[in-house]
Order: sequence, then structure tokens, then C-alpha cells
Amino acid sequence: MTVLFDGIASGMLLFLISVGLSVTLGLMNFVNLAHGAFAMLGGYTCALLLSRAGLPFLLAVPLAAATAAAAGVVLERTLYRRLYAASHLDQVLFSIGLMFMSISTAHYFFGARQQPVVLPEFLRGQIQLPGLDIGIYRLFLIAVGLCLAFGLQWLVSRTRFGAQLRAAVDNPRIARGLGIDVDRVFTLTFALGSALAGLGGALGIEMLGLDPGFPVKYIVYFLIVVAVGGSGNIKGSLIASLMLGVFDVAGKYYLPQVGAFVIYAVMVVMLILRPQGLFGRSAAK
Amino acid sequence: MTAVLQTRNLSKKFGGFVVSNNISLTIQPGARHALIGPNGAGKTTLINLLTGFLEPSAGEVFLKGANVTRLAQHQRVKRGLVRTFQINRLFAEMTVLESITLSVCERLGLGWRWWSPVGSHAAAIDEAAELLATLHLLDVAHHKVRGLPYGKQRLIEIALALASKPQVLLLDEPAAGVPTSESRELFESIARLPSEVTILLIEHDMDLVFRFAERISVMVGGALLTEDVPEVIARDRRVREVYLGEALDG
Amino acid sequence: MNQMNHRIALDLDPLRKLSAWRPAEYAFWLLTVAAYFLFPKSLALMSQIAITALFALSLDLILGYAGIVSLGHAAFFGLGAYAAGLLSKYGWGDPLLGLAAGGLVAATVGFVTSFLVLRGTDLTRLMVTLGVSMMLYEAANKLTDFTGGVDGLQGVEMQPLLGMFGFDLYSRTAYWYSLVVLFLMFWLARRLAHSPFGLSLRGIKQNVARMPAIGAPVHGRLVAIYTVGAAYAGVAGALLTQTTQFVSLDVMAFSRSAELLLILVLGGSGCLYGALIGTVVFMAAHHFLADINPQYWQFWLGAALVLIVLFARDGIMGLLRKLPVPGGKQA
Repeated sequence: MTVLFDGIASGMLLFLISVGLSVTLGLMNFVNLAHGAFAMLGGYTCALLLSRAGLPFLLAVPLAAATAAAAGVVLERTLYRRLYAASHLDQVLFSIGLMFMSISTAHYFFGARQQPVVLPEFLRGQIQLPGLDIGIYRLFLIAVGLCLAFGLQWLVSRTRFGAQLRAAVDNPRIARGLGIDVDRVFTLTFALGSALAGLGGALGIEMLGLDPGFPVKYIVYFLIVVAVGGSGNIKGSLIASLMLGVFDVAGKYYLPQVGAFVIYAVMVVMLILRPQGLFGRSAAK
Repeated sequence: MTAVLQTRNLSKKFGGFVVSNNISLTIQPGARHALIGPNGAGKTTLINLLTGFLEPSAGEVFLKGANVTRLAQHQRVKRGLVRTFQINRLFAEMTVLESITLSVCERLGLGWRWWSPVGSHAAAIDEAAELLATLHLLDVAHHKVRGLPYGKQRLIEIALALASKPQVLLLDEPAAGVPTSESRELFESIARLPSEVTILLIEHDMDLVFRFAERISVMVGGALLTEDVPEVIARDRRVREVYLGEALDG
Repeated sequence: MNQMNHRIALDLDPLRKLSAWRPAEYAFWLLTVAAYFLFPKSLALMSQIAITALFALSLDLILGYAGIVSLGHAAFFGLGAYAAGLLSKYGWGDPLLGLAAGGLVAATVGFVTSFLVLRGTDLTRLMVTLGVSMMLYEAANKLTDFTGGVDGLQGVEMQPLLGMFGFDLYSRTAYWYSLVVLFLMFWLARRLAHSPFGLSLRGIKQNVARMPAIGAPVHGRLVAIYTVGAAYAGVAGALLTQTTQFVSLDVMAFSRSAELLLILVLGGSGCLYGALIGTVVFMAAHHFLADINPQYWQFWLGAALVLIVLFARDGIMGLLRKLPVPGGKQA
């Protein structure tokens, strides 16, 4: 059914944005409530490049991701780094502050309304199958999401960087002792997470919307993905995102009067029953 | 004579990894009992199991004849089973006197009193002050715990436990990290404890162990290897092998 | 007169006198009274400051003293607000009854949810408290028949306080009412903070693993203080309803919880006066700056939060304590 399909596409977007948060939490043990701001940055950058610079969609999106990555590197080196050893409360307060700053900045430059986006011709339209309408853009999102998910998994389990990442997660001190530049690993991982968030934000303008309130609106969703999927767990994040996407879209379609209540209730119940998430915390697997 | 502290087939597994293997230990009232063994033998884990800090995978713990396996830590403390930690767990932002007063208040059941100020509980404060006096901590009574030298902090760690007036005291490497000049003083305080108090001591300093203990248990790889009086332990070939060298004399 | 333990020659005064009222405290409360005469046109604002200060106090009890991190404390504020509002709307307009209702409803929900909140790590706690408060917000949003939804709860009419003092347009009654409630509840909180119970909370915050080892039932203590904190927040919410005769949906919004955290960090947590001073500074700044441009306000709010966490983590009270003079206070 179309609802299911839309839900999966939505879940893919959530996965792209949330996986960075999950890895940051699992790796640096840092609670970053401002994570949505990187997605928002990607979204606005993409919108700007499309409308002002007239760039083609398939060029604007990666550039948006790169911008978010650059922002991630700068912020990580200058600010985030100082709070790795701080309490979770301090990190929360700090990231809420960053979040407020990003929201007001977006508001100042772009106004409060939803950003419109014009998708390129070849991504518009639908494929008609018996009993099922498949939006081409939705298909595109799912394809991109799956590729990146497999790519990430390969990066983490097969490459040298991935091995260094897993070592740094398990025991930063010993990793340093082995000659691994843990600081560089942290920065690169943060940049990667931000890039993916920016990508998700850019690709998601059409489905998730884009306005200055984006970081606050969606932060709970991202946290749910991390809570359910287990921090640092890529496979878990994917499954959790898909579940959440389907649940959310279906809920809004079939039970609009209940709204987001069910989502929050599910998260709370989940955290009570299994504080470590459905899939548990694992070293960026 | 009923044993004051006893375990029956006490075991603890983490996944497939057996940390404590079928430990059956009996300690008599008033004993001066030492627990030795190489690093990783599971001595601290045993104390964690005895006190309820960890839940066992199997087996039981008996305190003064009563089965306490299901009781929470603080309930065992109320029955007289108290421990110290290998790495100090102190209240860094409180003064020394405040910390000990807190421990005394808990023992006296004052912890739920929310209306009267701490300062009005003269009996508790006096008792705390006297305990500080016996441990030679009076000069730092009003200092914050955070800034004090390690030796003093170690004494505070023990003071916190003594404030609970234990009947059975489990000491986890009390002299760890303390310069030898100060560890003597520390041990004198322990030796001066009333003879009714049962003491189980984990230590690596064999000098101190042999001077203090009346019985010694040896643990290796999560299990009890042997238990006997110090002279017999000192001559036991297996114990010497376990330590791989000159830790024991004789 | 020095209280000494003569047997061992230790001056016990530093501990025994810890709970005595300091001159600066008297000065503070006299100022709140003087404010009535000094700023007669700003009584509505000052009532709101008193109410928010009570709310901040409630968070200090659970966060500053017991170390329970909560991203959803506004839930209790909102519950108290709606409880008082609904009570008045359906005929029982006596203010004190409304206060009691607000406190009771919030305390009950606090007690029940404490078992969820106290499970797990700090991180789980952050998410559970956030989740619960968002659930309640959504519930209030959707149950429009009950709460008025986005439009808010209207029809709140207050009877005169103690049968004598009507709520007037100039907020005179509102100010004294809020101030007296604040002072009484502050006084209770102060006694609690200096009591053995308060000492045990500080112990829990500083080293939670040590507390069971000295015989303290940690879970029970935390449930108790969480319930008390919820009750305080509920009373503050009820006060808001009664003084503004309206309940807006945003009493439960995340932004309210976030702002409260900022206030507590700004003033300094763990000493009660930090909550009060942080509220005064924050709301004064809000009053003068927010109207200029809401976006500037939110930006500088965020920037302030970032800077405080990085450079002045103990807030205003922390800075005051560093002064080498009797100005440094230790509550």
C-alpha cells in the first residue's frame, strides 16, 4: 500500500538524519540535541542552491551535505570538543543553546514559512502498479537510503577507518596508545554524521518540510530512533527508523486525531522496558 | 558457634564468563580473616556479591544465620554488614565532618527527617566528631573532601564505613595507593577495632596480611583455592605457585 | 557562643550554624517587599517573576539537590495550571483550594511517573522525561473539550482570596499572594535542604553508589524528592492560572522546560537562591529585550546558554561565591 511505501521512504530520511546522532552518542557519548540543525542547514543550503544558483538537483544535494559536514568539522573542533568529558546535562544544555541559535538564525535569513522546493523532472511522477502507486521520488529516497546504509556498514566493518572507529568507541585510551589519532576519528565521524544529516535534510524538504522550527519539531523522532535502535548501532538505527517512519505516516493517515501522542508513548514504554533499546548499544556496528 | 557470614555455592557469570565459581565460605564471629589472591581472582566481586552490590547467578549468602541473598545493599548495612571500596567513593563537595555525619545520621535512622536542621542533631555530630578523632582526622574536619591528600581520603573512606557501626566489616584493599608511612597508621586503626567486630580483609601487602590475619583464604580464577591459618598458607606450594614468586616468605 | 565538643576540642559551629539565616537573605526578602512600593506599575510582571521563581525552585530541588535530570518538568507546571483552571471553571473558585488541587494533581502524577523516571541512566531519564511531557502536551492539545486545546482554557474566575482580597486589575492581590506563597514554600524547601534528608540528597547527587553502602534507601529518597518537586511545580502552575485567569497550552511546552533549565543554570543550581536570582535576571532581561525582536531574543538566549555552560557553569551564585568577601553566600 501507498501508505506503507511512504512510511518506508520517510523512515529512510529519518535514518539518514538520525544515524549521525546515534554514532555520535555511541562514539563520543555526547548527547547532541542540536543534531537537527545540521539537517536544517543541509535543507536550506540545498534550497538556496536550487533557487538562487540554479544548480541541478543532483549537484545541489551533495553540496548541501558537504556544507553540513564543513559546519560539523568547525563546530566540533571549536565547541563540542570541550564538552566530551562533561555531564550529559551540560551537553544537553549546550546543544539546546546551539539549537536555539540555529533556529533564530534560520528565521532571520529565511522567514518562518515552509521552504518550497521544485523537484527535477525525472524524479517527479509515479509508477502505476495494480493496487499500488509508487512515487518515483519515494523510490529514489529508498534507493539512496539503502545504498548509504550498506555503504556505512561496509565502511565500519571493512575499512581501516571503521576499525579505528570501533577501537575508539570501545576504549579511547588504549586506542590512543595504539597510535590511533582518536581526535581525528572523532572529528571525521562527527563530520560524516553531519553530512548524512545535511543530506537527509536536503532530500527531505519535500516529505518532512523545512522551516526554522525543524530542529525542535523532529528532535524527538531522532531520539526515538537512537533509543530504540541502540546508540552506535547502524543496523538498529535503520530498522528503528523504518518502524518509526511507517508508524508515523500510518498514524497520521488512519488516526489523525491521536497525533503524535502514540509515538511518544511508544518511546516511553520502550525505554522503560528496555533502557538499552531494542538492539542494545554496540560499537558502531 | 553460628558463623556470622556464610556463603553457599555462590556464583556469578557475565554471559559465558564465570567470575565467581561456586564459592562456599564460612567466617566466624570476631574473626580476623584475610582474602588474598592474584589480580583478577574475583576478590572484589566476592565482596560485591556479599554486600548485594551485585546479584549472584546462583548460590546464597547468610548473615548471622539469616538468608540475605534477596536483600538490597542498604538493608544488609542495617543488619550490620558494611564494606569499603577499593577506589574511594567519597562525597567530594562535602566537608569531612559533614560526610561522616551523613553516615551517622543514616545509621540513626534520621535520613527521612526533613524539618530539623542537621546542626540540631547534636548526638550525631558529636559521634561523627569522635570518630574523626580516633582516626586523627580532626585537623581536616571542616575541609572539603575534594582537596585532601590521598592518605586522608582513604581514612575517610574507612570512617564512612565505621560510622555505620558494623558487625561485619569488609575491607577492600584499604591500604591501596597509600604511602607506606601512612598505611601503618591505617592498619593500627583497623587493629584497634573492638574484637566483636568481624573483619574480612582483601590485601596485597603480605606483611600486613600476615601480621593481621588469624585465617587466610586464597582465591584464584574466581574460586577458593584453600583456607587455613597463616603459617600453613605460607608453606603451601600451590599458593606460592599462584603468586609466581617472592610475594610470600618462608 | 561556640558549641564545642570539649572532649575532643573541635569547634562544631561551622556545621551547627550552617542553617542560620544570613544578613543577605534578610535583605533579599525585604527587597521583595519593598518592590511593591518601588515599582507599583509593574506588579503584574513581578507576580510572574515570583511564580516562575517558585517553578525554578521546584526544579532546583530535583536537579540541583538530588541530581535528577529532567527535560520535561513543565509537565507538572501544566498539570497544576489545568487542575486549578478546571476547578475554578466548574465552580470551586477559592484560590487556596486551587493551589491545593494543583499541587496534589502534580504530586500524584509525579509519584506515579517517578518509578519510570528513576530507572536507567541519565540519558534514559532525559528521554523519558521529555517523552512524558510531550505526551501530556499532545493530550492537552487534543482534548479540546477539556482543555480548550490551542486556544487555551477560558472561563477561569477567581473568588476573593481568604474571602477578603479580590483579584484586582492592578495585580496588587496577585503580587502579595504569589510572594507569600513563594516565601512559605521557599522556607519549607530551605528547611528541607538543611535537614538530614537534604544532606542525604546531596550525598546521592555526589556519589550515588556510596549511599546504599552507608545504609541509605536511595530509590525511596529520590521518589520522595521527585514528588515534592512535582508538587512545587504544580502549585506554581496553579498560581499562574489564578493570577492570569487563563491557561495557555504552552504551560506544558518543551520550551518552558528548556527555559527553566536555562534559568537554573544562569542563577546556579543546588543552593535555592540561585533559582530565585536566575529568575529575576532572566525575566528582567526578557521584559526589556524580547519585545525588541523575538528572534534576537532567542538567539541571545541560545548564546547565553552555550557561554554559561562553557565558561560559567556554576552561574551567578558560583561567581558570587568566588568573591573574596562576605558577599559570597553559601546556602
